[in-house]
Amino acid sequence: MSRVKRPARSRRSPARSVLLHGTLLVASVIAIGPIVWVLLSSLKPGYAIQSSELTLFRDTTLANYAYVLTETNFPRWFLNSVIVAAFTMGIGIFLSATTGYAVSRFNFPGRRPLMMVFLVTQMFPVAILIVPIYTIMARLGLINTMPALIIAYLTIAVPFCAWMLKGYFDSIPTSLDEAAALDGCGPFATFWRVVLPLARPAVAVTAFYTFLTAWGEVAYASAFIQTDDKFTLAYGLQQFVPQFNPQWEYLTAAAVLVTVPAGLVFFFAQKHLVSGLTAGGTKG
Amino acid sequence: MTTVTAEPAPPSTPSGRSARPSRLRRSWDKHWYAWAMVLPVVIVLAVLIFYPLFRGIWLSFTNLNEANQVAEICTKSITGSEVCAENPNRWEFVGLDNYVRVLTGEVGEFWQWTGTTLIWTFVCVAFHFGLGLGLATMLNRPMRFRSLYRVLLVLPWAVPAFVSAFAWKFIFNERFGLANALLSAVGIDPVSWFADRWTALLTAIVTNIWLGVPFMMVALLGGMQTIPSELYEAAEIDGASAWQRFKNITLPGLRPVSMTVILLGTIWTFNMFPIIFLVTEGQPAGQSEILVTGAYRAAFEGIRNYSLASTYGVLILSILLVFSVFYRRALRKQGEVW
Repeated sequence: MSRVKRPARSRRSPARSVLLHGTLLVASVIAIGPIVWVLLSSLKPGYAIQSSELTLFRDTTLANYAYVLTETNFPRWFLNSVIVAAFTMGIGIFLSATTGYAVSRFNFPGRRPLMMVFLVTQMFPVAILIVPIYTIMARLGLINTMPALIIAYLTIAVPFCAWMLKGYFDSIPTSLDEAAALDGCGPFATFWRVVLPLARPAVAVTAFYTFLTAWGEVAYASAFIQTDDKFTLAYGLQQFVPQFNPQWEYLTAAAVLVTVPAGLVFFFAQKHLVSGLTAGGTKG
Repeated sequence: MTTVTAEPAPPSTPSGRSARPSRLRRSWDKHWYAWAMVLPVVIVLAVLIFYPLFRGIWLSFTNLNEANQVAEICTKSITGSEVCAENPNRWEFVGLDNYVRVLTGEVGEFWQWTGTTLIWTFVCVAFHFGLGLGLATMLNRPMRFRSLYRVLLVLPWAVPAFVSAFAWKFIFNERFGLANALLSAVGIDPVSWFADRWTALLTAIVTNIWLGVPFMMVALLGGMQTIPSELYEAAEIDGASAWQRFKNITLPGLRPVSMTVILLGTIWTFNMFPIIFLVTEGQPAGQSEILVTGAYRAAFEGIRNYSLASTYGVLILSILLVFSVFYRRALRKQGEVW
């Protein structure tokens, strides 16, 4: 980004510079404020969280983390979530990439309806149509298994990702495909060895999006999973906030632990976020 | 979603009038590869989206619920053998009854929820887009710490929605939340956020705005970077002010991206389940419910009423379909190919 050298148009006056940085600073504080506040709270013991006094640090302790990691099923839920998210991400990238490529490069009958279908799937009130989906899962014998979740998350993530990748593939010149074909690549080899590597930014965004979808989903997880050892984090965490005796101290600690992996994925994807989403957006 | 700008594949021109089977055959030879590539997605979508959809539409005309779903009632007799009799109250086709009951307000608060949903969607999307556009414009100029600002501003996107929901619920806690602590620090009485319909809705809207701005910002920033910088240089030479450049170059250049993200944002916000469900929980007394959460509670609390849930699902889908048809038409009138 910073390599792009813009002609030094209108040098900013100091006042405007202050205004610009001030606004961005305030916005950044608002953006990370809640995250930081939860992080700080997670280091306080329960009574300090529940006091109405405003303090940043008070009796700092890691006891909440120790409790969450050793006294609850948290590690197990964490592992479940990692498995579900990893599979959703892997399969999701593959499916959206092949679909996006087909829609971008081949003018086959059914292409336009498929793109419309992708949009319509976004309109589904998931929470409400969950029952028919539950019935299907039950008939397939998938209730209380991770494949049920993986399949369900794919239906949420793949349409958007395929559409986004299609936009990105559109921006890659077809002359590259033709050159690859001349060199003896089959259609799949062209896609896999030539086009996909060029679409790395969009693939990074897809990875980020599919991971987050699987990592943070609540409705399906609470419907399809029934036993404690199969819970994912999103659902397991709700056990810390029962209606009448919410255990905020454990919840905040768990929330921090949950956010860390998502943050890691974000860290690797963030460089590509802007350029990866771009093409999808402009060509939408 | 489908553009016709770049049509990379060669146009399919069946030469002459061939007989039907051979045309099918040729079509298969030509396109089997593309079909094979989209097949897995089509199967999964068909099984998990379209079958439930059609089943849902059918169920919305019945009175199926948890209590009347079995066809036979079996009782164990003393001797141990099972006696089965037909369930006299078995679920049946009831025509438009469900729709009448929902739309007249006999069950649930359809019109109130719809009103709340419209306010919620409009306010959220307006702020998402406005703030996203403002921040993207600022981030699109060369300056120090640009990448740092960008990472910080996009960070809320990386936080799972349910974690954000809990975080904000925690912040708006009436007794020890950060919001009230800050208010009392400047001498304002603490507010019991969830006791009033509008303040409760406000907490949910704030949460959702915080959550949704990064996506808009990133998409718009991406769109801005595709606008050729020559346009800006030319405008500058012609003496256009910063505002004129923004209005006459940036905004028109962003049109395609904006139209897409506004449509997607509207659909996503309309159906945004976790925020209302977890942050306000409908407090006070269900007054801050939007359609999806209200329908969820109406249909699934107590005896699970599958037919009622389907009715709401069909209504919500219809509203969104109508909206996107009008949206498309409005765009087309302005010459947008989409």
